[in-house]
Amino acid sequence: MYSKKLGWLLLSPTLLILGLFGIFPFLYVVWVSFHEWNPFAANPEKIFNWAENYRKVVFDAPFLASLSVTLAFVFFAVVSEVIVGYLLAQAFMKDFPGKAFFRTIHTLPLIMAPIIVGSVWKLMSTPSIGIIPYLLKHSVGFDLNIGKSAIAAFVVTVIMDIWHWTPLVTLTLIAALVSLPRDPFEQAQIDGAGKRQIFWHITLPMIAPALIAVVFIRLMDAMRTVDEVLMLTGGGPGSATRYVGVHIFREVFPRTNYGYGSAVSVIVLYLTIVVCWLLYVSMIAPRTKRG
Amino acid sequence: MKRHNPWLSLLFWLAISFLTLAPIYWLFVISVKPAVDLFSTPEVLLKNIYWQNYIDVLNNPTLRGYMLNSLIISSSNAVLVTTLGFLACYALTRFDLVGKESIFFWTITNRMAPPAVFLLPLFLLLTQVYKVGDFKLADTRTGMILVYCTFNLPFAIWTLRPTLDGIPKELDEAAYVDGASPWKVISHIVFPLARPGLAVTLILTWVFAWNEYLLAATLTNFNARTLTTGLSEYVTTTGTAWGIMAAISVFTLIPALIVFSLVQRHIVAGLTFGAVKG
Repeated sequence: MYSKKLGWLLLSPTLLILGLFGIFPFLYVVWVSFHEWNPFAANPEKIFNWAENYRKVVFDAPFLASLSVTLAFVFFAVVSEVIVGYLLAQAFMKDFPGKAFFRTIHTLPLIMAPIIVGSVWKLMSTPSIGIIPYLLKHSVGFDLNIGKSAIAAFVVTVIMDIWHWTPLVTLTLIAALVSLPRDPFEQAQIDGAGKRQIFWHITLPMIAPALIAVVFIRLMDAMRTVDEVLMLTGGGPGSATRYVGVHIFREVFPRTNYGYGSAVSVIVLYLTIVVCWLLYVSMIAPRTKRG
Repeated sequence: MKRHNPWLSLLFWLAISFLTLAPIYWLFVISVKPAVDLFSTPEVLLKNIYWQNYIDVLNNPTLRGYMLNSLIISSSNAVLVTTLGFLACYALTRFDLVGKESIFFWTITNRMAPPAVFLLPLFLLLTQVYKVGDFKLADTRTGMILVYCTFNLPFAIWTLRPTLDGIPKELDEAAYVDGASPWKVISHIVFPLARPGLAVTLILTWVFAWNEYLLAATLTNFNARTLTTGLSEYVTTTGTAWGIMAAISVFTLIPALIVFSLVQRHIVAGLTFGAVKG
C-alpha cells in the first residue's frame, strides 16, 4: 500500500528545491573554484587554473588571520556560555516565586534576529551614544572605544554572543537536569560525598549527552556568526573582528574575484561538514533512534 | 539537599533578568529620542516620549515596501516549507525508500553549512544561471522564498519527524485497507493528528525567515529587500540615523516577540534540531 512511486513523488519537491538551491550551488562553487574568473577584469571569461585558487587561500594571510580570530572568538564565547549556562541552569533547579516568568525572560534573546542583536549592542556600546562607555568612563574612568581598540571590539562581540546564546545552554541543561533520577544523588550524600565529587562523578556524566549536543550546536553556530558582528563592528577596527563569515562577505564579494571566493567557500564548507558529521555520528543519530 | 532561601533566588533572577532586558530597553530608549538629544548625557529614565522616529519609518514608502516584502516572503516561505516538509516527512517515515536515512541527513547539512558559503554560488546562480529570457530570480520575492528553503526546509523536516513518527502507522494502514486514497489518508487522518507539530514548525520557520539578513542583503538590491536589510541601510560611513535604526529594530522585533510567546516551550527543541527536548 506504500508504493515507492508515491513515496518519491511526495519527496520530489523537497529534493528538487534542495537540489537546485543546496546541492547545485555547492557543485557549481566547486567547479568555479578551479577557475580564474573575474567578470569585471580585462578578461571576463572563466580560465581553468587547476588548484591555483586553493594554493592562494592556504597561503593567504588575511584569510588565515580571519580563521585564527574566529577560533579565538568561538573559544571564549562557547566556554563562557557553557559555564554561565550551567550555573544558571543549576540556579533554576531551586524553587522560587515567579520561576516560569523568569524563564520566559531569560529565553527572550534567543528569538531575536542576529542583526537586531547587533544593532542593540551597537546602540549600547558606540562611544557617542552608548550607555556602556558612558558608565565605564564615569565609574572607573575606562575609555571603551570599540571603533579604535581591537581588544575592546573583540570583547564586546564575545559578550554580545554570550548574551544572545547563553539562554540556549541554560534551557538545554535545565531539560537535562530535570530528567535526572534523584537516587544516585541521595545515595552519594548518605555516603558522604562532597559537592565537588557529586558534580564530577554523578552530575557531569549524566548530563554529558545534552552538554555535548549543545556544545556542538554552539560551536557550529559561533563559527558561522556573521550578521551581528557585521552590524556591531563591521569586522573592524582593522580586522580585529573579521570572523570567517564577515571575511567572505566583506572581502570576497565586493572584489568580484569569483574563483578565489569560491575556493574560500569550499574550504570553509569542508571544515563545517567535518564538524557536522562528527556531531551527527556522536550525538544526534543515537539519540533520535532511541527517542 | 540543603535548604535555600527562595527570596535570595528571586533577587538573583531579578539581577539576571535586568542584564537580559537592559539592552532591549536601551534600544527602546534610543528609538524614542530626537536625534539632538542622543549625544547629551544619557538618560536612563524617559521624561517624554518622542514618537517621530516610528512615524518616519511608517511614512517612508521604501521601508513600508520592505515591511511588505518581509511579510510576504516569510509567510509564503513558512507555508511552503511546512507543506513540503510535511509531505517529505510522511514519505520518509512511511515508505521504504532507498537511502532514506542518507537523504534525511543530507537535508540537514544544507542548514548546518555557514550561510556565508552559499552567498557567492547563490548570487552567481540567481543572476547568471537560473533565468528564463529576461526574468532572473535575483532580487525577486519568488527567488527569496525559494532561497530561504535551503535553511527552513531541512528544519521543517527535522522538527516534523518526531511528530510523524508518533502517529501510529496502523491508523493510515487501516484507512488504506478500507479503500481510502493516499491523498485522503494524508489530509483526513495524518494532517489533523500532526496539527500541533505543524503549527510549531510554521511559526518557527516564519521567525527564521523573518529574521534572516545575510542572504537578503546580498541577493536583493531593490525589489525584494526585507526589513532587516533596511536596518543596515541606516548605518553609513557619513553617519548613522540611530533613532530610525532603533525604530526599525523595534518593528522587526515585535512580530518575533508575539510569535515567541506562542511557542516559547518548543524553542529549545527547535533550535537544537530536537536533539534535546525543551
